[in-house]
Amino acid sequence: MSNHSHENCKALLGSLSEYIDGELPDDLCAEIEKHLEGCDNCRIVLNTTRRTIDLVQVPTNEDVPDDVRNRLFKRLKLDEFLNPKL
Amino acid sequence: MHPIKNSSQQDFSIEALRTGDRAEFARLVDTYSTVIYRLGLKMLGNPQDAEDILQNTFLNALTHLASFEGRSSISTWLYRIAANEALMMIRRGKSNINLEEIQTEDSDDISLPETFVDWSLLPEKELLSGEGKTVLEKAIKQLPENLRMVFILRDVEDLSIKETAEILNLTEVNVKARLLRARMALREQLSSYYAERAARKETQ
Repeated sequence: MSNHSHENCKALLGSLSEYIDGELPDDLCAEIEKHLEGCDNCRIVLNTTRRTIDLVQVPTNEDVPDDVRNRLFKRLKLDEFLNPKL
Repeated sequence: MHPIKNSSQQDFSIEALRTGDRAEFARLVDTYSTVIYRLGLKMLGNPQDAEDILQNTFLNALTHLASFEGRSSISTWLYRIAANEALMMIRRGKSNINLEEIQTEDSDDISLPETFVDWSLLPEKELLSGEGKTVLEKAIKQLPENLRMVFILRDVEDLSIKETAEILNLTEVNVKARLLRARMALREQLSSYYAERAARKETQ
């Protein structure tokens, strides 16, 4: 990291989200990728940020439980539409 | 994972909803209650509050459907009501408002990464079970609510920047800035946990 300008790291950090989301123009992506090749820390930040996002997107069992749905329909006076679940 | 993404405004008769068609409203409730309940769970962290948010959102929608003009999609509109309910509930629960937090909320300063451990190749099973899962959930809970809301809409619910901005009445630039700060904060928390864990293993 001796010949490394941290200014570039800071600039990369500012665009990291958009880079991950694929929202940057090609020339900027190329510039970022060039920086990443020579910067271990930025590569780690990129990898772990991507992974963090992946992890929260894993489906979880948080469907509305039946009793919650029942109470919701009662509260909204929609009892007659309780069954079947659409 | 997100059935809501496949259903669009066209799937519902706005006219029927506005004129009080109860069967159509029941269908709307069944289509959106899962995502709204999940938003409440992630924002408030407990099922009781999530249920209150769910009920209040649809009660509120019922009251205001007649004046729904269709300028935004019905999904954006419902999310907006739910997001407001959640934020109001969080703010009501705070004994005193932290002024400093509000003032610095939209600053461009992002804290620089401090932990550089590449845990990204650990197996998913390991990352999503036991301690790792708890650390992730705790980290999400610790985000300031404005960052948490953006993060949940964008990264958990997989909505676009544009839609997230519409829901929260923010500019896209603002959404992007909050998203970056949220992602960086979570990354840092997870990284410091995995760095600590690696160090622990080494000394064993």
